[in-house]
Parts: sequence; C-alpha cells; structure tokens
Amino acid sequence: MTEPLLSVRDLVVEFPTRRGMLRALDGVSFDIAPGEVLGMVGESGAGKSITGAAIIGLIEPPGRIVRGEIRLAGERIDNLPPEAMRRIRGKRIGMVFQDPLTSLNPLYTVARQLIETIRVHLDMSEAEARAHAIGLLDRVGIPAAARRIDDYPHHFSGGMRQRVVIALALAAEPELVIADEPTTALDVSVQSQIIDVLKEICAERGAAVMLITHDMGVIAETADRVAVLYAGRMAEIGPVRDVILNASHPYTSGLMASIPTLVQDTDRLVQIPGSMPRLNAIPSGCAFNPRCNQAFERCRIEQPPLIDVAPRHAAACWLAEEETKNDG
Amino acid sequence: MLAFIIRRIVQSALVMLVVALVAFALFRYVGDPISSMVGQETSLADREALRTTLGLNDPFIVQFGRFIGNAIQGDFGISYRLQQPVMELILQRLPATLELALVSGLAAFIFGVSAGVYTALNRRGFLPTGIMAVSLIGVSLPTFLIGILLIWLFAVELQWLPSFGRGETVALPGGWTTGFLTSSGRQSLILPAITLGLFQMTLIMRLVRAEMLEVLRTDYIKFARARGLSNRTVHFGHALKNTLVPVITITGLQLGAIIAFAIITETVFQWPGVGALFINSVRAVDVPVMAAYLVLIALIFVIINLIVDLLYYVVDPRLRVERGAARH
Amino acid sequence: MSDTKTPSRLFRLWDSDIAYSFRQSPLAIISGVVALVIILAAAFAPLIAPTNPYDPSSLNLMDGFTPPMQENAFTGSTFLLGADNQGRDVLSTILYGARISLFVGFSAVIFAMVLGITAGLIAGYRGGWVDAVLMRIADVQLSFPSILIALLIFGVARGFIPPSQRETMAIWVLIVAIGLSDWVQFARVVRGATMVEKGKEYVQAARVIGVNPIRILLRHILPNVMGPVLVIGTIGLALAIIAEATLSFLGVGVPPTQPSLGTLIRIGQQYLFSGEWWILLFPAVTLLALALAVNLLGDWLRDALNPRLR
Repeated sequence: MTEPLLSVRDLVVEFPTRRGMLRALDGVSFDIAPGEVLGMVGESGAGKSITGAAIIGLIEPPGRIVRGEIRLAGERIDNLPPEAMRRIRGKRIGMVFQDPLTSLNPLYTVARQLIETIRVHLDMSEAEARAHAIGLLDRVGIPAAARRIDDYPHHFSGGMRQRVVIALALAAEPELVIADEPTTALDVSVQSQIIDVLKEICAERGAAVMLITHDMGVIAETADRVAVLYAGRMAEIGPVRDVILNASHPYTSGLMASIPTLVQDTDRLVQIPGSMPRLNAIPSGCAFNPRCNQAFERCRIEQPPLIDVAPRHAAACWLAEEETKNDG
Repeated sequence: MLAFIIRRIVQSALVMLVVALVAFALFRYVGDPISSMVGQETSLADREALRTTLGLNDPFIVQFGRFIGNAIQGDFGISYRLQQPVMELILQRLPATLELALVSGLAAFIFGVSAGVYTALNRRGFLPTGIMAVSLIGVSLPTFLIGILLIWLFAVELQWLPSFGRGETVALPGGWTTGFLTSSGRQSLILPAITLGLFQMTLIMRLVRAEMLEVLRTDYIKFARARGLSNRTVHFGHALKNTLVPVITITGLQLGAIIAFAIITETVFQWPGVGALFINSVRAVDVPVMAAYLVLIALIFVIINLIVDLLYYVVDPRLRVERGAARH
Repeated sequence: MSDTKTPSRLFRLWDSDIAYSFRQSPLAIISGVVALVIILAAAFAPLIAPTNPYDPSSLNLMDGFTPPMQENAFTGSTFLLGADNQGRDVLSTILYGARISLFVGFSAVIFAMVLGITAGLIAGYRGGWVDAVLMRIADVQLSFPSILIALLIFGVARGFIPPSQRETMAIWVLIVAIGLSDWVQFARVVRGATMVEKGKEYVQAARVIGVNPIRILLRHILPNVMGPVLVIGTIGLALAIIAEATLSFLGVGVPPTQPSLGTLIRIGQQYLFSGEWWILLFPAVTLLALALAVNLLGDWLRDALNPRLR
C-alpha cells in the first residue's frame, strides 16, 4: 500500500472556556491516500470543521492542539513554526470554505486576489500569473474568463463565486484540498455542479480531497471513503459503499435510515432520538450510548476504540467486537 | 452616479433650508432686536415705528425670504454685543479656528489610525494595554479638563509652552491670518491642538481597533490565510483597506465635530476663534451671531457629509453597481 | 433531557453570566465601588458636608484662598481641602457640586431615555411617514455634536426666560438641553428592536384580537431591548455628567451661586498661575473619577451583554 498523503493520529483539540475545558476532538485518527476523496460527515458540532482547521493549522486561539500528530507525506506538520506552516498553506494544502459570499474580499478584483495567491507560491511574473489565473477560471467553468477576471466578487452569482473560490484554493496546485461544506450555502440546483467541478479539477491534478459535509447524499456520489464523526470522536470509517450498505455503528445506521427516499412509502421520517451531547457533558463510555437502542453495560463504562469489521472498514462500537469475535 | 450626486445635493439643500428656518426663528423671536438697539427711554410709539421700518411687522414668509436673501450674500446683521457686522466678526476669527481644527484633525487621524492598527494586531503586552488605558481616560476626560491639565503641566510647572492666546500671527493676502509662520504661533498651537485632538484620536483609535478586529475575524481573511498569504499581506494588504473604508468616512464626519468642540478648547486657551465668539454670544444672548454661527456650522457639516458620501461611493466598489444611499 | 424547572429569566440573567462577569473583572468592581461612593456621598451631601456652600449667608470672604488643612490667619477656620476665592469650603462644594452634577446627569439621561424609547417605539411600530420623519430628524441631529445642540437650546431658553428667573430655571434648562441632545441613540435601538418584534406572529395575532398596542409594546418589546438601552444609558450618564461639567465650565450651566464641579474648575483655572492649586485639583479629580468609573461600568456592561464576545 502506498504511503498515505495525510496521516492523522490521535488528534485532540481543546478549547478553554469559562465553564471548563471543552474537548472538540477526542483522539481522532485517519489517513487520506494520494488522490483519494475522503468524506467527513457528522452533525453540527461533531468536530468536522475543527479537524479541517487543525490540519491546515488555522485553529482559532485559545483553542489548540493538545495531543496527536498530523503528517503530510510522512513529515509532521502539526508542530511547525508559523512561517513554515504558512508556506504549506495554499501550496500543499488548499482550503475551500462554506460561504462564497464572505470568502472573497469585496474590495479587490478577482484578478488581484488570484494573481496575489499565485505569485506567493509559484515563481511567475505578473503577466504569467494573470494568464495562469485566466486558465484556472476557465477550467472551473467561468465563461468569458479573460474578461470577467477583472470583475469584483459581488458581480458573480453564488455558484460562480464558489467556482472562483475553488480556483483560488487550487491556484498553487496543492496536494490536498480541504472542502468545508462547500455547497451548503448554495442553491440546490447549483450544488451538484460545484461538487462535480471540485471533483474533476482535483482528479485532474491528482489532489486528494477531504470533503466535510453533513449531506450524506453528496458523500455517496462523490467520496471514495467516508468517516463519521460524533461528539468529537470517530464513530465509523470505511469505503463509501461498505459504510452505507453495512453500517456497523448504530449512529451510522441511524443516519442512513433518516435519509428520506422518494420511493419509500412512509408517514413519518425516522429520527435518532435525543441529540448529540454538549462537548462539556459527554457521557462516560461510548458517547452515543444514551441514544443507542443496542447499548449494553460495557458501552456505558468503556469507550470503544476503532475496531475493524472488514478490510479498511472500522467502527468504534463494542458490537463490532462482538461481531468479529463471532466471525473469528 | 449623477443621479446620486443630484439627489444628495437636493437633500443637502433641504437640510440647509430647515437650518435656515431655525436660525431665522432664533433671530426673529428670541430676545427683542429692538430693545437691543434703542435706549430705554424710547417711547412705545417710536419702537413701533422702528419695527415697521425694519420690516419686523411683515408677514413671516417675507421676513424669512429676506433673511435667506441676506444670508446668501453673507449679511447676518449686526452683533448686539459688539456692534459690528456679524459676517465680518466671523471671517476675522475663522482662520484661527480652521488652523487649529486642521492641525488637530490631522494629528488625531495619523496617531489614531496607527495606534488602532497596532493595538488590534498586538492584543497583549505592555504597550497596547497602556494605549488602551490612555484611550479610556481620553474618552472619560472632558475636553476642558485635558486643556487645563496640559496648561498646568506645560505652562505653569514646566513653562515650556504658552498658556493662552495664539502667539504672533502673520497676515496673508486675502484676509487670512496664520500662526504657522512664527515660532510663537506654532508653539501656541501645540497645547490647544492636543486638547482638541485627543478626544478625536481616542475615538478614531477605538474605532480602527474595533473595525480591524472585526475584519480579522471575517471569512475572507481566514481564506487569505488558508491560501498561504503572509501576515504582512493579510494585515496590511487586505485587513487594513477593509478597515479604513468605514473609518475614513466616519473620520470625515468627525471633522465637523472638531469645529464644534473648538468652542471648548478656544475658551480654555483664550484662542481667538469663532468658537469663543459663539460662546460669548450665547452668554450675552447675542442672537445674530448665534444664528450666523448655526448656519455656518450647518453649511460646513453638510458639505463635509456630501464629500464623505461621495468618497464612500468611490472607495467601495459594491456601491457602484447599485443605486441608493451610500451609508452602511 | 433537562428535568429541572427552567429558572426564570431574571434569575438566569443575574446569577450566571452578568454577575459572574462582574465578579471576574476587578476593573468593574473598582469602578462600581468608586461610583457608588461618590453617588452616596453626593446624595447625602447635606448630612456629611461640613458647611453649606450654597447659602450665601454662611460665607465669609475672608476665608478665601485658605490652603488645605491650614488655619486661616484671619478667621481661624480650617478647611480640609482648602477654600476657594469666595471663601467656600472646597470639600463641601465638591459634595454639593457632585450632587448637582449627578442630579442633572441622571435626570437628563432619564429624560433622554423616556423620549428616545417613546420615539423609537412609535417609529418602529407605526412605520410609514411617522417613522420616516422621526428618523430624518434623528439623522440630522446625529450629525451635529451634542454639545452644540445643548448650547443652542440653552441659548434659546435664555432668550425666552426673563433674567430674574434664570437662576431657578437654569437646572431644568440644563436637564432639558442635555436630554434633548442625547435621545437619538435610545430611539434608534428601540426602533430597530420594535421593528423586529413587530414582524413576529404573536404581535400580529395580538393585533388581530385587538389587544391594546401599548400593552404589546410595553410587555413584549421593551424587555427585549432593555439590555442595550442600559448600556447606552450608562455611557449616556457619563456623557451627561461631562456635558454638565463642560457647560458649567463655559459659564452657561448652573448658576454661579450654586457651583458644580465644572464651575469650580473654571474658577480654579483662573488661579493656576498664582498658586491656589487646590481649587482646581480636587474638583478635577472627583470629576475624573466619577466619569471614568461610570464609563468603565458602561464598557463592562456592554461586553458582558454582548453574546458574541463570550
């Protein structure tokens, strides 16, 4: 197996607050292979965005990484000095944010923002950078790119703006792109277009993608593997098909079941009872146990680690251990 | 764009009209012009005759029209107190106030912006905390107290600077008298300028700091960092420009406030400007001067507002697409 | 699932974040104490001041210019903080002066609050031309510095009031002048909140039923808006106190026979060069302490009530 592009081990991120230390991520581990698309799902507050922020080194103080390792192509990046980390940002790791409306500086033209980014990372003259930028815009599907490059962000529609954002994120040819809810703020009709653009342009350049979203449908269509986060911990991780068809963690099954389909004939939508616990009030043992209809004694006492249920498919659930014991 | 300008000019004219109305009402109905002009022995009949001759018994509209007509020509009548044409008095003293306002405004802006940016970027440390503390005092200290304390320290105790007056002035062609050209003139300018400017400076500083902190929290700044742009570029290329746009316009509006606050400073330092003239006229109920000062200040405000609105329009590209008010 | 009774809003507000924030901030505590001390001292001035400086018959010009804590060679009186040019005991004058300053300050702010809240409620609720007119007036007034407006109102009032009555009316004119120069901020905040609430369904339902709109305004909208109003009010109090001091300093505030802190400072400035420093220093320090304390409290209050900064 090739060496993973990104390797996260045992990542713990904490935020000191007035009410005590909040643990936003509690020992998350996963890998991303080069060129792979990893989806990261979970409810709001589960820790998906924090994971992305931790990887690119943009956690807002006073939050900080307490423990764990993040490696990019084998080298540690979580403990780099700020200047070294800055050089990695944009050049080796790119990031796409959720709201295209606020992601772009309204006072500068798109050209200025693109050229500025390109010239920071790639050694090009102004004219070369501009040509490169126009090429990028063209590639993400902006019509008449050569003319529109001199427009201001507010001249573009939401979907177009997000394409510009994608172009900006990929301007310096990063190896990994973190996309934090890239379509959540867009019209439904435009969402799939943007996802397609993102996927294509990354595939072209061989860049891996960490796709953060709460939309399981997007994951199903776009991702190779998926990781499910719950209350700052990883509940399940594995190839998309496996996880969707053979969900091994009760939370994941609950998520799958709650997605309504057009062909289903039901009166009520399925819901997982209860809600995700507050990060400063996580129950002992498995974080999901109060809401789990298959929980037993051990779940309330011991926190389950990730247990393999199939090749490259693991779930943090004591049921999985029971299963493997039975298979064994 | 043209429509915008025309609309603003019309609005300004309306405001001026209202102000003129108030000034005229002041002029006509506060105090009795006749009593100020004649001795106590004049008979009632004579007073009545005088009233008619002066047109004081004409209909309101006629008197108002006359007032406006005179005002446009710069004729505001005669000061009750000093028995000189009001316009003459004002023009004589205007250079003193304007020079003071200009110097203090400029100093306030330069120091305010620098301090604001510095304390926004360096949130902890001895110097930033010190600056914030001074700014708090600057806001709580009434202007006159600042002036007096400065006089005490520098004029009484240290005897470095003069404690009142304008020093020697040089008359320039066109009727302007300036204090810039003599050393005593420049020295006399220092303490009043600091006094007048301190309040403005702390205001600007706090504004710049607050704005910059807001801007530094935005998505586009986060995105800029995620693209690997250097701190310098992020802070001074992006954040500063976005910060200054609202700040410049608010500062422009503050210019008008400086001219009004000059009243206090001029009183403390016995500075021979229009502010001192105004306060003396309020004490003596010298209505023509009060009315004229009111109209003058309103005119200055209205012009400054207009310029500021236009400036905003020019600087913020978002406003050029839409029609409508430039106020954020 | 929460099983306890949800505590009342008041309890939650006072017990959790605000009180906690107060306890945590030494600056807020110090300011609160300082302000309280001054306010109490001023309120009880007639009881604790050694003399009554407003009573002309109690003054002796020979007492004038006595330095602090020294016996006057002519009259034998001692003054803790010295005597001013008219023989008034500086300490007593500070106490009585602070009393007036605070009285004017509080009254002006309350006046501005009532005026502003009423205007804001009406503008927000009625909308239409009423709103447009009120907001235009507010905009125009906002572009003029409040000191100017106060001065103007004072000048006009002076023109109307015959000289004999000027002294007695001075305080009220002052309150009205300062209050009128400051109502706009309250009006804006309240108007905004009113417009937000007006759109909500329970208000529309109440209107359909025929509930008295005033009830709606007072019972539902007002409580929502009290937070920002309090912040503006506290800072407004500091501004009003400074405004009164400034106007008195300029000679258009309180009458000269009832000097406030501003008047004392004016007198003190005249004697700076000749060395009677106490006439200036003690009132200045008191004014500064008061304004600073109130300002800090207002700042703290604003930070404490701002959900985003938590």
